[in-house]
Amino acid sequence: MTQPTEDGGLMYPESPSQTAGPYVHIGLALEVAGLPPRDDEIGPEIATPDAEGEPVEIVGRVIDGNGDTVEGILVEAWQADANGVYQTDYRADRAFRGFGRSAPGEHDAGEWSLHTIKPGRVPHPNGDAMAPHINLMLFARGINIHLNTRLYFDDEADANAACPFLTRVPPSRRDTLIATRENGSDKPRYRFEIHLQGPQETVFFDF
Amino acid sequence: MAQNDHTAFVMRDRGWHPPAYAPAYKTSVARSPQQALMSLQTPTASELTGPDFDNFVLGPVDNDLLLNFRPGTDRDGLPIGERIIVYGRVVDQYNKPVPGTLVEVWQANAGGRYRHKKDAYMAPLDPNFGGVGRTVTDADGWYRFRTIKPGPYPWPNDVNSWRPAHIHVSVMGPSISTRLITQLYFEGDPLIPLCPIVNTLNDPEAVDTLVARLDKAGSRPMDSLAYRFDIVTRGALQTYFENQG
Repeated sequence: MTQPTEDGGLMYPESPSQTAGPYVHIGLALEVAGLPPRDDEIGPEIATPDAEGEPVEIVGRVIDGNGDTVEGILVEAWQADANGVYQTDYRADRAFRGFGRSAPGEHDAGEWSLHTIKPGRVPHPNGDAMAPHINLMLFARGINIHLNTRLYFDDEADANAACPFLTRVPPSRRDTLIATRENGSDKPRYRFEIHLQGPQETVFFDF
Repeated sequence: MAQNDHTAFVMRDRGWHPPAYAPAYKTSVARSPQQALMSLQTPTASELTGPDFDNFVLGPVDNDLLLNFRPGTDRDGLPIGERIIVYGRVVDQYNKPVPGTLVEVWQANAGGRYRHKKDAYMAPLDPNFGGVGRTVTDADGWYRFRTIKPGPYPWPNDVNSWRPAHIHVSVMGPSISTRLITQLYFEGDPLIPLCPIVNTLNDPEAVDTLVARLDKAGSRPMDSLAYRFDIVTRGALQTYFENQG
């Protein structure tokens, strides 16, 4: 048996992370890899148009320390429903799934997108409500252990200013977590640029 | 088996995991944050919940890579390579099984070639091998795949870098706090200690936990060998005294 080895300790060590590598799409975003999809794939549609709440589109890019777009990124998203409740029972046939994955395709120039609804406000353990947000996890070649961040919305200025989570982020870096609303599509679209490194570096969390 | 928000998880040991910046693995240099991660002293429901997959409907051969890339039409052959069973248990750090969680795998074929548009290695594709599988752990945390053993392949890191044979393994666990992607290596592979990606791990014991062991007892005579690979996700514990003053 590989592991765990008890070593007389109380706990096994967690399995250590390794990079998802350049071909992560084969396993987790089949169409991007050019593979035929199975019956139900976990894709970029976190909520269908039938789900309760305001439909929104999220688009973004991930930029490396040289300013280049990371085209092979895989983004995972986890969010609450329109009422601020996490729906943990994942079912592909549900209008609201809560969890999704996005990876840029061959012709997307590194732009990923998600189709969802704007999440409701989730309570913080201190009793206040957090501003609407989507939890994001980033996987790619060169990323040894995935990066956790959050996306907030720029048209929720009041909620953001009062968010017991967001206000703990140093003020100079808070804007890196806020997506910008854009016009021009059939539903509100928010753009979120994630910088892995450098002067505009996005805040990443350990929890 | 998603946790409610009264559950916390054992702190992740980021000295055991690979660091973000590991310059011998060159791509990590420009893809690693320079700022410290911001630690959440008080995780919220956002971190303590995650999707569970008890009711996610899988196809009948989603976990059988010997069969799942031959849809029964004009290419109903079997893939070429070492037929193996890869199986094990997903447990948490307290050795409690993690049931109903999604385990996904992807890999190259026997020659080290991936069925991906961007893999241009000269080793040929296998017309009967896709290289992707998924399953959901059973009530006791067990998972099982059937596949062929992948081959090593070269990659442009150093001038002569070769990845050991490996299978990429993705597991969700009970929350996004336990989300994990890693790689399974094979017992006895001499490429393991030479690999810059393996060597992003500083502790040889951590590497050892990623090496699947040949399991003769689990093999099928005259059919397939077996490798055992257990996965440990972060320990879940109740926050008994939080905010109850």
